[in-house]
Amino acid sequence: MPLSVPHLLRVFLLAVCCTLGSAHAAPSAETLARLADDDSDTRIAAIAELGAEGSAQSVALLDALADEALALTGSGRLVILTDTGALDAASGEAIEPYPDDADPLMINNRVRNALQSAKAATNIRASDRGTRLAAAQLLRDSASELLMPILEPALATEQDKEIRSILALAVARVNLASAEPAKRILAAQRLGDSSDASVKATLAALLDKDANGQFVEPDAEVRAAAKGSMQSIERRLAMADLASTAFTGLSLGSILLLAALGLAITYGVMGVINMAHGELLMVGAYATYVVQGLFRSYLPDYVDSYVLAAVPVAFLAAAAVGMLMERTVIRWLYGRPLETLLATWGLSLVLIQTARVIFGPQNVEVANPAWMSGGVSTYADIVLPWNRLVIIGFAIFVLLLVWLMMQKTRLGMFVRAVTQNRAMAGCVGVPTARIDTLAFGIGAGIAGLGGCALSQVANVGPAMGQGYIVDSFMVVVLGGVGQLAGAVTAAMGLGLMTKILEGWAGAVVAKILVLVFIIIFIQKRPQGLFALKGRFVED
Amino acid sequence: MKTRRSFIKALTLSASLAAMGSVSTFAQAADTIKVGVLHSLSGTMAISETALKNVALMAIDEINAAGGVMGKQLEPVVVDPASNWPLFAEKARQLLSQDKVAVTFGCWTSVSRKSVNPVFKELNGLLFYPVQYEGEELEKNVFYTGAAPNQQAIPAVEYLMSKDGGEAKRFVLLGTDYVYPRTTNKILRAFLHSKGVKDEDIMEEYTPFGHSDYQTIIANIKKFAAAGKKTAVVSTINGDSNVPFYKELGNAGLKATDVPVVAFSVGEEELRGVDAKPLVGHLAAWNYFMSVKNPTNAAFIKKYQDWAKKNGVPNADTVVTNDPMEATYVGIYMWKQAVEQAKTTDVDAVIAALGGQTFKAPSGFTLTMDKTNHHLHKPVLIGEVRADGQFSTVWKTKAPIRAQPWSPYIAGNEAKQNM
Repeated sequence: MPLSVPHLLRVFLLAVCCTLGSAHAAPSAETLARLADDDSDTRIAAIAELGAEGSAQSVALLDALADEALALTGSGRLVILTDTGALDAASGEAIEPYPDDADPLMINNRVRNALQSAKAATNIRASDRGTRLAAAQLLRDSASELLMPILEPALATEQDKEIRSILALAVARVNLASAEPAKRILAAQRLGDSSDASVKATLAALLDKDANGQFVEPDAEVRAAAKGSMQSIERRLAMADLASTAFTGLSLGSILLLAALGLAITYGVMGVINMAHGELLMVGAYATYVVQGLFRSYLPDYVDSYVLAAVPVAFLAAAAVGMLMERTVIRWLYGRPLETLLATWGLSLVLIQTARVIFGPQNVEVANPAWMSGGVSTYADIVLPWNRLVIIGFAIFVLLLVWLMMQKTRLGMFVRAVTQNRAMAGCVGVPTARIDTLAFGIGAGIAGLGGCALSQVANVGPAMGQGYIVDSFMVVVLGGVGQLAGAVTAAMGLGLMTKILEGWAGAVVAKILVLVFIIIFIQKRPQGLFALKGRFVED
Repeated sequence: MKTRRSFIKALTLSASLAAMGSVSTFAQAADTIKVGVLHSLSGTMAISETALKNVALMAIDEINAAGGVMGKQLEPVVVDPASNWPLFAEKARQLLSQDKVAVTFGCWTSVSRKSVNPVFKELNGLLFYPVQYEGEELEKNVFYTGAAPNQQAIPAVEYLMSKDGGEAKRFVLLGTDYVYPRTTNKILRAFLHSKGVKDEDIMEEYTPFGHSDYQTIIANIKKFAAAGKKTAVVSTINGDSNVPFYKELGNAGLKATDVPVVAFSVGEEELRGVDAKPLVGHLAAWNYFMSVKNPTNAAFIKKYQDWAKKNGVPNADTVVTNDPMEATYVGIYMWKQAVEQAKTTDVDAVIAALGGQTFKAPSGFTLTMDKTNHHLHKPVLIGEVRADGQFSTVWKTKAPIRAQPWSPYIAGNEAKQNM
């Protein structure tokens, strides 16, 4: 990973040696001045000195610098800016009055790196496990000979198993360059536990031959161990690759499913080609945006839970719009698919324009709540983003809801009856007109839920629905009209297929290939993956 | 499916435009000078271009309040080409032949500029293009107030290869799939070759406009970066795709200290919609940052914020300024100066008068319009993202540098270096 880190640590360790005698002296004025120097090298050396010294005040200084809270006043005095006031950097005493001309010192990535390394070397002795773990990971990625005086004692005293194994890897990485073959063999074997591609690169370098045809690594046993370790890393990386492709495919599939599930009901059950389906997604997304706004103004303490409140609101808003559409326009056009298509398309324009008038033509910002930001690091350093995990879970939840509704409720039974044979259902007393409205409302509401989920990963704007209408129809048509299982299979299949193709051919080509595949598939099997038995299709 | 979709899209756009109409303001006085503003106010580019329309209107208001140009008030004619490239040409034609504007300020993407170029040439109009671009073009009717590759892309990559930039040895060239990223990456690849970077250390990836799922690409970048050499990403992603890209980048834990991303089309405005905390340290290269400290810039920011409040711009209390806005502002004033010098709005006379115009820009530098090549001499600034979505300048040129619209890194341009 960052190659510059070992260099920084060299500076740092130099500083360790220099300051070993005066372990707990307060930072000198001269060091402070160098911290504010224009030249990055000077600043990095000063940071290393402070880090090595490790006194509470030095650590506070480094933290302040990392947060860009260390500032220089007009008179050249270094101060630490806090929420409540300003402290003198040298003495730590509060400054009155607040220096208005204080200008925070800027740091670049190189200085930031130096700060991280200095902190990691201090933090590896911290009492908090999380802090130590993060420090160990950083040290592992930048392991070098110079780090040994920090790594070895840390490994010797560390109790936690996970941190120990990380530190052991770091030590092994350094020992790979040791002069003793026995140490090298041990190190090469040990590195087989790594799942870091850069370790693989290091091991592969040992197996290369130099210009004279000699192996870089003279000892055959070390080479054999390196080869074995390399293979096991390769296996692990290949697994990780597969797992991460599967996850991204699943994630895209769950988004497609949420987008298409509502359509599976309105199109599948009622045969309405609803071109305004994308706009129902948009209604759900904007509902989420409005709920977020309300939380921000009225319940700022609970702003992180706005998404939970937005779920029912998005459902109801989209369902209301959907039922209104059904009552006012669609119901007069049953059995005339072409007119329905044109009318719903007109409705979609009306909805887009309405959103534009109310919310403006620009995208609006829907923020992920804190608990949906970031990701969880799993096997072989694959990071699974929380927002995507939550959406996969949400897709399963909505699917379950729809299935229960269709299979276990009286309404669901009526809907199924109307789907299979409208006339006969009417004859036995099913109020088909009311069922139509309700079914359409539910389909629209589910689209709203999809929109709520989409707002967490995609842009929310008036025309956002346009991007999903084609995908939604693709899922429904591919899966077979009127089939939940079909929609699920098709969404997941398309998601996985897109992601596999994307990794192989890039996003643009992947999109084209998926469309080509669907065209061919529909030619061969017009009824989709799962065909409904009955007389529905010709409606 | 594909054709239906684009057909639907086209119809949607035209219908929505019909509904919006061109927001041409009514004639204020009998004798005004009409000024065209051609920016997407909807669609994928609206995130970037809406602010340019705003700053153009602000500059026009400001000029009018100060007595107008040659005693005449300016009358803005705002149209919305809706991020639809053919529509740009249609709207440009409308501005030139129907509204008879004296000058047009507009376009963001190169594909939109390419689509209006023939119109401006045919009808002998005058276009000010305010965004950094790939070069390889020099139209008589166009003035380029954004950066050419040697004023942005090349210095940015040089910075990444420098000690302070992290000494990057491997590069990911990531962009939206159209002319600007493709050409810029062609130039950068040639430049990297000249610096000894091999093809196996360069990865090039493109996504469609409006792409919103960056999982695969981020995973690929991670994999590419793990090969042992310091890796940096050069992003020419344009429009609202940047929001999901940066969100994913933050969520996937790819930090700037590991793999820095330098962007050429991401400024303060694009970062408004993103939580910038996980992005601290990622870079952008421009010729202006809002965070630049000087009196001209302070006045510029204040004027824009006041204007935004007065004119009811959404979220007016958080509006920001950025590089293309500065370039738009500079362009309008240079045009005003040229008209006053030529004492006419006649396009040929104004073009002749524009070369050599100078203007004290908010970037703190006095910018000069080159005498021959229609480009500004601009300073280059490289900034790192701060937690508040602003940039802190980590590197800048001492003086403005002259544009090389014909990059020396593209074969066949050797003869054009003096332009």
